[in-house]
Amino acid sequence: MAEPVSVAAEYLAGSRARAARTVLGQVVLPGEELLLPEQEDAEGPGGAGERPLSLNAGARSRVRVVCGPGLRRCGDRLLVTKCGRLRHKEPGSGGGVYWVDSQQKRYVPVKGDHVIGIVTAKSGDIFKVDVGGSEPASLSYLSFEGATKRNRPNVQVGDLIYGQFVVANKDMEPEMVCIDSCGRANGMGVIGQDGLLFKVTLGLIRKLLAPDCEIIQEVGKLYPLEIVFGMNGRIWVKAKTIQQTLILANILEACEHMTSDQRKQIFSRLAES
Amino acid sequence: MEEEMHTDAKIRAEIGTGCSPRGPGCSLRHFACEQNLLSRPDGSASFLQGVAEKSRERLIRNTCEAVVLGTLHPRTSITVVLQVVSNAGSLLACCLNAACMALVDAGVPMRALFCGVTCALDSDGTLVLDPTSKQEKEARAVLTFALDSVERKLLMSSTKGLYSDSELQQCLAAAQAASQHVFRFYRESLQRRYSKS
Repeated sequence: MAEPVSVAAEYLAGSRARAARTVLGQVVLPGEELLLPEQEDAEGPGGAGERPLSLNAGARSRVRVVCGPGLRRCGDRLLVTKCGRLRHKEPGSGGGVYWVDSQQKRYVPVKGDHVIGIVTAKSGDIFKVDVGGSEPASLSYLSFEGATKRNRPNVQVGDLIYGQFVVANKDMEPEMVCIDSCGRANGMGVIGQDGLLFKVTLGLIRKLLAPDCEIIQEVGKLYPLEIVFGMNGRIWVKAKTIQQTLILANILEACEHMTSDQRKQIFSRLAES
Repeated sequence: MEEEMHTDAKIRAEIGTGCSPRGPGCSLRHFACEQNLLSRPDGSASFLQGVAEKSRERLIRNTCEAVVLGTLHPRTSITVVLQVVSNAGSLLACCLNAACMALVDAGVPMRALFCGVTCALDSDGTLVLDPTSKQEKEARAVLTFALDSVERKLLMSSTKGLYSDSELQQCLAAAQAASQHVFRFYRESLQRRYSKS
């Protein structure tokens, strides 16, 4: 690898591109470049002059690597654009997905995400729903289960909606629906009366929605409750009494900063009282 | 170029997608004018040229614009609000560092990190990095540089006072060396933040 020979050469030591494999699980900063596995073989020791001659040179397998959130393609390398931990998932075919697990509070709409929105306006056939992004999302009244032109859904301004995005990119206004591709509600739609809506960081939501999360199981054992998680950092909770609802909201907000021991302590104390 | 340094309680830097009325080749400072202020005389006007706060805002904004990937967020404005808690010298460099950390914390996509370093040259030519307010006042020249993290390139420079070309190069080299420490500090503090989760 050619290094610029100048007075500042030693200052560039930290900015040399590293192999993505070696950085997995570590904190990466914006501006770092990562090499994909097939490139590091070519750039390994003595790569330029002594590449082993293979008989079927044209048939080198080209794995498809998916660049997830926090990474961008920069030539044939990956450029890190957000600060966080580098993660990798190996699916059946292809080279896998690389992404940066960052902690952030601001939500950016992504297609397919399930979010909780607040209806802010009703204009003709479209509801404007605030989802926490830079623009309100639009929701058509026909996108509810069993809705027809005669049979309109009962949605008022100020209602909470649980839906998913069908259109969400940087160039267009986001659009959401409350039915899945088969026309069934599948849990989506207007969220019922009462309960409490509060905001947490996006990282906490992902942690709580992970398949093996014990927090939700423990919370379920504590009180009977209804809970809805929106990928935009919003959680809606409802328990039998207002006090229980508030306790649950406080626990979930504090979960981010507690270790599992502290959490178990708090749960056992609450279970006794 | 001489500019006055004010130490006011609040600095606001706005990064919008609008363009200033002065075109790209213009090197004049910001103007503000108010007319007909006084009722008694037949005419009156007040003209304000080169307000330090506005130029500091413009410097920080230009640095952020060079580094933030604005194409990922069209039709959006990113506002950076900086509040001076205490000023012990090197104010502009401190503002730049704070702005960078805030943008990283907010999850705004960036193509590199940046940091600010201030150098002061006193009357016998000695270079002092990160000067205190007293050293800045007594210095012959004060130079502030914004450097990026990928190749220590110069993103912005703001200078006040008299210095020769070789002194400028010397200060720039010293700033590049010092920026290494700042970036190492960024890395450590971000690693500490992510190790808590």
